[in-house]
Formats: sequence, structure tokens, C-alpha cells
Amino acid sequence: MTVEWKLVWRIFWTFFKISPVTFGGGFAMIPLIIKEIVEKRKWLTTEEITDVIALSQTVPGAVAVNSATFIGHKIGGIRGAFAAMIGVSLPTFLIVLSLGISYFYIDDNPKLEAAFVSIRVTIVAIIVYAAIKIAKTAIFDKTTFFIMAAGVPALFFIHPIVAILLGAITGYIIVSIKTKLGYMIEMKKSKEEDPANDPEYYMGAGI
Amino acid sequence: MVLLQLFQTFFIMGFVSFGGGYAMIPIIESAITKYGWMSSEQLTNIIAIAGMSPGPIAANSAILIGYTAAGISGAFVSTFAILFPSLILVICVAGFFVRLHHNPVVEKMFYGLKPLVTSLIIFAAIKFALANNLVSINLSFRSISLVIIFGLSLFALLKLRWNPVYVLLLSGLVGVTLYS
Repeated sequence: MTVEWKLVWRIFWTFFKISPVTFGGGFAMIPLIIKEIVEKRKWLTTEEITDVIALSQTVPGAVAVNSATFIGHKIGGIRGAFAAMIGVSLPTFLIVLSLGISYFYIDDNPKLEAAFVSIRVTIVAIIVYAAIKIAKTAIFDKTTFFIMAAGVPALFFIHPIVAILLGAITGYIIVSIKTKLGYMIEMKKSKEEDPANDPEYYMGAGI
Repeated sequence: MVLLQLFQTFFIMGFVSFGGGYAMIPIIESAITKYGWMSSEQLTNIIAIAGMSPGPIAANSAILIGYTAAGISGAFVSTFAILFPSLILVICVAGFFVRLHHNPVVEKMFYGLKPLVTSLIIFAAIKFALANNLVSINLSFRSISLVIIFGLSLFALLKLRWNPVYVLLLSGLVGVTLYS
């Protein structure tokens, strides 16, 4: 094995080991990433990791997968990105697939059906909880509240993807106009009170 | 044909997947209604299993929906489809705009995007509440107990700050006790 491929394999294996702990949110991964990538392998510094994680939230997709792919790319280029992405996804893929297969085998079991009657209601509660957690970072002035309030009824009529694009365009236009008119506009909550710094926030978001 | 539908749905979703898995439920739900892969009830079960498993909820849901619609190959295609956009975008971002999170255009877009992600999640909650008869006017034991379970679950999450995985597992036990 050449040195390059050895590195690709190492990247894959590092994320393969970290991946199964990403229960309910990629942010559980951060301490392990720092331990493996910074302390053990010395591939990157802690500052670089912090930067990568901030950047990962601006790219669509799961934070766990995005951060892994970014880190893989920093260490080993496109091959590294690929290795890290497969490494972080494969264990959970296999776990979820086997859970799914076993669920379909015992699907019609009356006990399991009874369990799911209650679980389905709890999932609604978890989604409400996720909405509250996200709202704490997303809603901080009248405009953001209005976009949220208008978005809910609009979703009964327009496709969610169209709504997402409209949301981004609306944000861009409103902030541009307000800035032109000379309003000072806060684009996000100040760092101190930003619940996004609370790891539990991401658990609710299910990222 | 189903594989193509799965690929298309999750590939497009991969490009707009902001704000975590629950915000993606409306997109999944609209695809399911369009292609008839499963019932709303089955979808709720799948989202619950996705939430109880390690890994991102959107990717986990893709695996399970792919498997339900088209077996193992469906699971592979859906997973690949949802991951591929991330790979493309991360490589582009890493290559060109290193400081994207301080970019003014991106910040302006997120100003509108984040409230809309909140709307998506609220919308998902409303849809699921309706699909699972949580909002009902009859006063049977079942409908009253479901509202109580909903309230207690929310209390455990918000006030007691329990991990959602434990809340789901405990709720399952309650379900077995009450409804079997």
C-alpha cells in the first residue's frame, strides 16, 4: 500500500470508529473527533476543527457527515473526503438497516403495534421540542417571527423545497433593503445567549 | 422506477437539507403522498426508528424509506442520493470559499432560512399530529391517554431535559402496557 492510500484508509477507519456514538446528534462526535484527529493523529489543530464545525452548519446535510467530509478533505484531499464520508456513514447505515429489517419482520406483532401507538405521539412531541429549540436561535426580531408565521400556512400550498428557496431569497432581500435604508440589523443572536452553543440544542434538532 | 424516484427525491433533498432531519419531514411526506410508498402512520414509525438510532435523522430516514419502498437496493440508492450532495458541496466549499460562515450573502440568506426551517418543523408536527389522531374530538380512553402521553413526553424533553432516545423507549413501554 502506498503512503497516500494508507492515509485514506486511516481516515476511513478513524471515522468508522467514531460514527456509532453519534446518537441523536452529530455534536456528540466533537470530543471524540478532537481526541482522535487532534490529540492522537495530530492531523489538525483544535481551532481548525472548531472552524470546520461552524462551516459544516452552513452547508446542507447532517453536521456529523459534513464535518467528517471537511476534515477528510483537509487531511487527504478528495479521496480523504470520500473516505471520511463513507467511514462516518457506513456503521450507522448498517445499524439502521438491520433495525429496519427486524422491524419489518415483527411489524404485525400486537405488542410492537401497541408500543408504536404511543411512540408515534412521542415523536410528535419530539418534533415540537425540535421546533422550540430551533426557534430560540432563528426567531429574534419581528421579521424573523413574521417569516416563520407566514411559512406554516404557506406550506399547505407550496412545495417545501420552493418554501426553503423563498425563505433564503426573502432573507437576502429584507436584510439588503434594511441595510440600504440605514437600519442596523442583527443577523443572529449574540454569541453569549446563542442556544446553538448548547449541545442539547442539536439533540433536539436531530442533526 | 421506484429506485429512480427515491434517488430523485433524496438527491434534491440533499441540497436543501438545512436545520436537521425534522425539517426534512415535509419534503419526505410530499414525496410519499406523490409516489405512494407508504402510509403516514408507517412514515411516523420510520421517523421514530430513525430518531432512536445512531446517526443523522435525515440519512436514517432515507435508509428506512428506501428499504420500505424497494428493499436493500432502495436503502443503498437513497443513502447514496442524500449523501452525494453533501460531498459535492463540501468539496466545492473547501476548495473555493473557505470562510463561508462569515460571508455576508450567506448570513443574509440564513436570516430568512432559519425561521423558515422552524416553519417546516412546525408544519411537520401539525401533519403528524393530524395523521396520528392526536387532535380528536372524541373522548375515548385512547384519545385522552394519547394527549396525556404527548404532554408528558414534551415535559420530559423540555423540563426534565431527557434524551429523546430514552423518551421514545419509555413511551414504547407505556404503549405496550396501555394498548396491548
